[in-house]
Amino acid sequence: MAYGPHTTDDRARMLAAIGVDSVDALFADVPETLKASGLNLPGPQSEAELTVRLQALAGRNRVDAISFLGAGAYRHFTPAVVDQLLLRGEFYTAYTPYQPEISQGTLQTIYEYQSMMAELTGLDVVSASHYDGATATAEAALMTCRATHRERVLVSHAVHPHYRATAATYFAGAGLNVEEIPLVADGPAAGTTDLAALERLLADPDRPVAGVAAANPSFLGLLEPMAEIGRLAHAAGALFVAVVEPVSLAVLATPGEYEADIAAGDGQPLGIPLAYGGPYLGILACREPLLRGIPGRLVGMTTDIEGRRAFVMTLRAREQDIRREKAASNICTNQALCALAASIYLGAMGPHGLRDVATLGAARAADLERALAGAGAPRLHPGPYLNEFAVRVPGAAAVHARLVGRGIVAGVPLARLIPDDPDLAEGLLVCGTEVTSPEEITAFAAALAAELSGAVR
Amino acid sequence: MTVAGDRLQPTLFELSRPGRGGGKVPHPPKDALTRIPASYLRGSWARLPEVSEPELTRHFVNLSQLNYAVDTGFYPLGSCTMKYNPKIDEWAARLGGFAALHPLAPDELAQGTLELLWELESALAEIGGMKAVTLQPAAGAQGELTGILMVKAYHRSRGDLDRTEVLVPDSSHGTNPATASMAGFKTVTIPSAPDGGVDVEAFRAALGPRTAAIMITNPSTAGLFESRLCELLDAVHEAGALAYMDGANLNAIMGRFKPGEAGFDVMHINVHKTFSTPHGGGGPGAGPVGVGEKLLPFLPTPRVLRLPEGGFRLERPGERPTSIGRVRAFAGNTGVLVRAYAYIRAHGADGLSEVSDDAVLAANYVKARVTGVLDVPYSRPCMHEFVASAATLKARTGIRTLDVAKRLIDYGFHPPTVYFPLTVEEALLIEPTETESLEALDAFVEALRQIVVEAETEPELLHSAPHLSPVRRLDETTAARQPNLRWRAMTGSQTPCPD
Repeated sequence: MAYGPHTTDDRARMLAAIGVDSVDALFADVPETLKASGLNLPGPQSEAELTVRLQALAGRNRVDAISFLGAGAYRHFTPAVVDQLLLRGEFYTAYTPYQPEISQGTLQTIYEYQSMMAELTGLDVVSASHYDGATATAEAALMTCRATHRERVLVSHAVHPHYRATAATYFAGAGLNVEEIPLVADGPAAGTTDLAALERLLADPDRPVAGVAAANPSFLGLLEPMAEIGRLAHAAGALFVAVVEPVSLAVLATPGEYEADIAAGDGQPLGIPLAYGGPYLGILACREPLLRGIPGRLVGMTTDIEGRRAFVMTLRAREQDIRREKAASNICTNQALCALAASIYLGAMGPHGLRDVATLGAARAADLERALAGAGAPRLHPGPYLNEFAVRVPGAAAVHARLVGRGIVAGVPLARLIPDDPDLAEGLLVCGTEVTSPEEITAFAAALAAELSGAVR
Repeated sequence: MTVAGDRLQPTLFELSRPGRGGGKVPHPPKDALTRIPASYLRGSWARLPEVSEPELTRHFVNLSQLNYAVDTGFYPLGSCTMKYNPKIDEWAARLGGFAALHPLAPDELAQGTLELLWELESALAEIGGMKAVTLQPAAGAQGELTGILMVKAYHRSRGDLDRTEVLVPDSSHGTNPATASMAGFKTVTIPSAPDGGVDVEAFRAALGPRTAAIMITNPSTAGLFESRLCELLDAVHEAGALAYMDGANLNAIMGRFKPGEAGFDVMHINVHKTFSTPHGGGGPGAGPVGVGEKLLPFLPTPRVLRLPEGGFRLERPGERPTSIGRVRAFAGNTGVLVRAYAYIRAHGADGLSEVSDDAVLAANYVKARVTGVLDVPYSRPCMHEFVASAATLKARTGIRTLDVAKRLIDYGFHPPTVYFPLTVEEALLIEPTETESLEALDAFVEALRQIVVEAETEPELLHSAPHLSPVRRLDETTAARQPNLRWRAMTGSQTPCPD
């Protein structure tokens, strides 16, 4: 066996101690009629062979293209120290810190994660952790229903379509309602959450709203009127969920500042590899009064019997292994190692470094906006953005496909993710981060200009 | 409170000094944010720690050394399958082609990962005897939710709208009833039979036109194979309900039992258990779900599709309207799935069967040797884990399971799972796994034997254990009554100032 230590002699000694002749005897409880057919799988590979196979598969992915993809997962620089420390076996081969006396490493790092994420979000309670931004958003929406005893949640159309779809799946299961808030169609606020429509949706006295969710920056990259959305929600007795991107919180107003009750988001930009969608990090934070309704692990500071400072999982009565069918969520395994990656990343960057990452991304995005406008692809919306925005390109999907052939991933055609919205049909969603280089921007603009002028290949 | 005189570490916040750290990314132009109206910007700095890289490194390395882990010792945490995590799997997940691939990369740029996912789906379907597998769920519990939502969609598609109940045995993992609640079902808890198995008659009595599904862990949380499975599955299907198998304990049965073949309609798999992806201090894992014919149309989107002309692609939004929809963003915890794929390919069919056989052999060996030291309530052969109990020890000496567990720490072992399953008094659920040497197993049994002797001769040693760990028993009551969940004291000279 690849990783097992047992010799033939070891197995014989174990069988003798048990008092059976063969391992088959230990499976006597499996009914004869239910015994498995043979396993039909490829044969074992030695580590040397497996290495070749894995390199070949990885090599079949094309990660050398010039990419402006964002849309919920972002390419960033990760300092080498992050992965070096994550590779400590004491961290990555431990499990949930059920025995705090021999888990202080994991417990303290979770406490530090909670503390740093509280600083970024401006909210005091941070759970550690959820699967990704989509499930954290769904859990946040469910929290609002439990807290208000209402059954209807409003989610802005400008929240990531995967997050909206995930919330819809979770809500259908629970028998709750989730509805969309439309976006402003034109004018200076085009593409942002329609406040007048929100007000109308909140006004129905027969169908009270538990929570209102909006994203900042939005899926379209736009900055939303978060304070106004929150005021409308609160005036109707609903809670306000802010869907956030953590790097942006180094410079953008925080959920705490605009008085959101809950923040949800994906921590992937904090030093976590893109890895085709995961594992990422679901961020979920809330104000103190909602503490006992937040799902997921919480670590608190306490002392041991000798008075030493120590950390321990706390308020466990919210969790499934204690409360079973009455638990706040079924979550058990979470994304602890990704939370650790985020903590190390934040420690390595510091407050100034993180601010530089956010600001440099904004600068690169502005360069990109100018270059693309010059190439004939103006922005789709006029409002302010941080580092991601949509541009209008006639025949967006076809142009995007041809640019891939030229080694450029021109962001994502919005119609691929939101197929049902005519306002977005010609949109390409692109982003800039601190790793987007001026040369890449120039190459993109030149290739796009060539495509749009008809000088194809 | 002190952190002096031992291995404990100050927090990053206490290490912080304004002006430390930096140099990781270039400075941006000063005016980069002037195009954004001030009302959208944050009013004060995030008070994140400022530390140098050497301090940061020592901080986390020193913290890591306060942890017990599979890489440091025997970790027989029942129900969690804490087996060795192969190093090549870590290397593989970090290959640039896998790690740097954007989740929305066009299919033509993602062929390597798509092929890996497709092969992994096929392998897991074969191991589970299922028709198809989704790799999307991020963890076992999310796999359960995905499975039970498919059950709900199945009944609904048949116009069978009165099925509002899910039956679970009282020995189940807490995630099972919690999942049923999240999916809008009422949980009906069925007591276990005296031999630790399912009580088929009790199930039969509860089954009816309101039953949507039963959720069974097999082998059970008591480490026993459900020998009355045929009768149970027949009764379930006769009642028009579906059978969900919690695959948390798949490590016992590879090559011996395929749940799909036996009649289970749906099962989740914890790759961080059976397929040895690391537990990471609580995650990430992945919870693929296998289904039989009935639930095939309802699998979450997007599936990985193999094209007739060769190559692979992801399903597009709305392509399969019968789907329950998305359960998360993007395609799945792919980085974890690369590790699981590597593990399966390293073993092949015979290797996986040997994994299960050795896991069962090791558990029965430890069980044989623990018999007579502690109570062993179920004498028939166990699967990959077994339940011991300190009930007799407690009656004789006042020493509880908790004390035994804490004393094991002083002997250099991670304690087993304690007080679970809930059906056994003073339970210790012991899962040695197949990657522990005979010497390690013997040393663990010897430690238990000595602890039982100490319970008679020096009980105070056990009441106050552990003695040798970085910290000792914690004040959990104060932690819960006056929760301190974040650092607050970073003020004054420690606060970062604008540069």
